[in-house]
Amino acid sequence: MSDLLYSEVEEDLRASVRDLLKDRAEPAALIARTETAEPYDLKLWRTLAADLGAAGLAVPESLGGHGASAREVAVVMEELGRSVAPVPYLGSAVLATSALLATDTSQAEVVEKLGKLAAGALVGALAVPLSTAPGAEFPSTVTAAADGTLSGQVRSVVDASVAELIVVPAVGPDGPGLYTVDAASAGVTVTEAISLDLTRRIADVTLENVAAKQIAGSSAAVSALDTALLTAAGLLASEQLGIAEWALTETVRYLKERYQFGRQVGSFQSLKHRLANLYTDLVNARATARYAADCLASGDDIAIAVAVAQARNSPIAVHAAEEAIQLHGGIGMTWEHPAHLYLKRAKSDEIALGTPGRHRAALAPLIDLPA
Amino acid sequence: MTTPQELKQRVADLLAAYPPESTPRQDFLDARFDAGLAWIHFPEGLGGLNAPRSLQSVVDKELTAAGAPDNDKRRIGIGLGMAAPTILAFGTPEQHQRFLRPLWTEREVWCQLFSEPGAGSDLAALGTRAVRDGDDWVVTGQKVWTSGAHKSQWAILVTRTDPDVPKHRGMTYFVCDMTAPGVEVRPLRQITGEAEFNEVFLSEVRIPDAHRLGAVGEGWKVAQTTLMNERVAIGGAEFPRDGGMVGVVTETWRERPELRTSELHDRLLKLWVEGESLRLVSSRLRQQLAAGAPGPEGSAVKVAFSELNQAASGLEIELLGDEGLRYDDWTMRRPDGVNFLGREAGYRYLRAKGNSIEGGTSEVLRNIIAERVLGLPSEPRIDKDVAWKDLPR
Ligand SMILES: Cc1cc2nc3c(=O)[nH]c(=O)nc-3n(C[C@H](O)[C@H](O)[C@H](O)COP(=O)(O)OP(=O)(O)OC[C@H]3O[C@@H](n4cnc5c(N)ncnc54)[C@H](O)[C@@H]3O)c2cc1C
Repeated sequence: MSDLLYSEVEEDLRASVRDLLKDRAEPAALIARTETAEPYDLKLWRTLAADLGAAGLAVPESLGGHGASAREVAVVMEELGRSVAPVPYLGSAVLATSALLATDTSQAEVVEKLGKLAAGALVGALAVPLSTAPGAEFPSTVTAAADGTLSGQVRSVVDASVAELIVVPAVGPDGPGLYTVDAASAGVTVTEAISLDLTRRIADVTLENVAAKQIAGSSAAVSALDTALLTAAGLLASEQLGIAEWALTETVRYLKERYQFGRQVGSFQSLKHRLANLYTDLVNARATARYAADCLASGDDIAIAVAVAQARNSPIAVHAAEEAIQLHGGIGMTWEHPAHLYLKRAKSDEIALGTPGRHRAALAPLIDLPA
Repeated sequence: MTTPQELKQRVADLLAAYPPESTPRQDFLDARFDAGLAWIHFPEGLGGLNAPRSLQSVVDKELTAAGAPDNDKRRIGIGLGMAAPTILAFGTPEQHQRFLRPLWTEREVWCQLFSEPGAGSDLAALGTRAVRDGDDWVVTGQKVWTSGAHKSQWAILVTRTDPDVPKHRGMTYFVCDMTAPGVEVRPLRQITGEAEFNEVFLSEVRIPDAHRLGAVGEGWKVAQTTLMNERVAIGGAEFPRDGGMVGVVTETWRERPELRTSELHDRLLKLWVEGESLRLVSSRLRQQLAAGAPGPEGSAVKVAFSELNQAASGLEIELLGDEGLRYDDWTMRRPDGVNFLGREAGYRYLRAKGNSIEGGTSEVLRNIIAERVLGLPSEPRIDKDVAWKDLPR
């Protein structure tokens, strides 16, 4: 049976990530930042990614990473969910990195780029709409010309607005391929979209005859992309756990402080039971997220574990964030209170990398429950 | 420190000395207990080896592979899950020796005499009196909803020994001989038609002081241990993927394509996902227990488990359509244990209604989660500092 607990090493990692985020991603500052020209905090990103080494956890040491596994990445994701820190971790350290790791890693281009991504020296993005589910058809909105240049558009790419390296799935004369593109190259246009999620942005990427390097072709490209999406979907369940945990902790705290009718609001049983339900959900979300992370680390049972994790944790995170707002009353509706950041993240996460309904549909054939 | 290799060797020795094919079931269970392979985390001489609980699965796997007989957890669930950990924690060495072996080997079945007509969720309100008389206690009162009392030799029993102090302080915990004079068990029929539980009348039942568990007046503390273990026993039970109540529905779904509708499909998948998630939570709970740090998750797991069982068994009836309108058997029977899977959909649906009541109602468990896990303030209470005898009832 897989290990569903946290190891000491994982707890240490959590403590250092949490310390950093507590200092540097304080809610009031986060809210203020969302309306500035710098919605991402790239200084924080560098500390997290490079100094703490969080970007290279799943990358083997021989490729410049820390040789840990998805279990440790999941712990970082939990903390990022708990803090909604505005850093391009999902796009760079998870999606782009997983895509490169899933190609032939003996290629010079892959070695070089992976090393930089792992060291936090480069921000990457994977050019698919964030809503793409694992197992979706290979995207064909970008085409590769015979000379290897790419043209086309991809909408709603997570973290693209700060990416320096873009990993692009495109279809060429020889079929599907996975390419690397320097975001500063001629012909690349990245247009920020107005994102529902204020602390994790999406952007539309347009390519016009852009120079690119192919790092995987045909079936290897298809499977590398799918691996990246599956990995990211599985890890997102840990972020969703972090969101739910924040929502519960903060709501409990508030309901103990707030007095109405001469007593602490949190002493009313109807509210206590709603919080107890959130706790019950949280207990479920934790076991489910841990299992997905452990399966991604060991390579066993990944497809089912990820589908279950997304089908279960997406609605749990959304519900927890919704309850946080409702139970904070008027305060919960205000811009100053951070609850809305979590609702926006939770709702975006529900759509990201496949909705719960899509994951359930994907699950049906895997567990032999056909429609 | 016991290693998996050592355990495998011990199992091999046991199997060599008592080949399962030729050893009577009961003799094999005795031998397994004496070899310390019953519950390996128990002390040596009491069916265990003081070994890490996490290694129990090594033993179980080897024995299953060899086709060795096992005790029937459904039949002895209360003894295994509730009585044993309580006796281990609070019992004297003599009590350990007397009770644990026949409990595990299924020679003696246990029941739980806790609930009373006037004390259900508020167990600490109970009124069954125990009065000291020399080396004995004389017990009089009425218990209710006692599962399996009709097949039990022993009971764990909570009584009131001091009515003049607030309710939590005046209780004492005993082991009660169900064959003693003055113990009368009457079946109580339940919504499934059968009588799994009973009323138990105790009329001047004499219990030797040597059968007291814990100190006089400390019965609530002892009972807490039982109740905590009860939740873990209910929520931490091991079941495979696609197993349990959800597994029954999925089997029907696979075998009967003509029953499928798209609306039921998505509901079924939701339940399957919840079932899988709960399976993982139960594993996690057992892993925490094995690592020596049982989390407070037990209550949450029990709440989730009840809801899932009720939803799955309700869906099963809907899926069955016409057949769901029928019931297998309303005969009043007195079953040996609870077997959800051995009967039909209607039974499962009705029996699952008890899941959110037995072992603490979901409402009470949510109170426990809110107050003890989340630290929320308790409801205003009027019963805390009042002597038990002065409480309104
Ligand atoms: C199948 C089955 C088997 C059982 N087996 C045993 C057994 O072997 N031994 C044994 O001792 N007992 C057994 N029980 C009894 C069980 O523990 C009690 O039924 C249970 O604790 C509830 O008590 P009650 O029935 O008196 O309900 P009550 O306590 O009267 O509760 C009535 C309703 O009020 C709610 N309620 C009560 N207090 C609160 C509160 N503070 N806040 C919110 N809601 C509240 C309850 O949740 C419930 O919905 C069994 C019960 C069942 C159904």
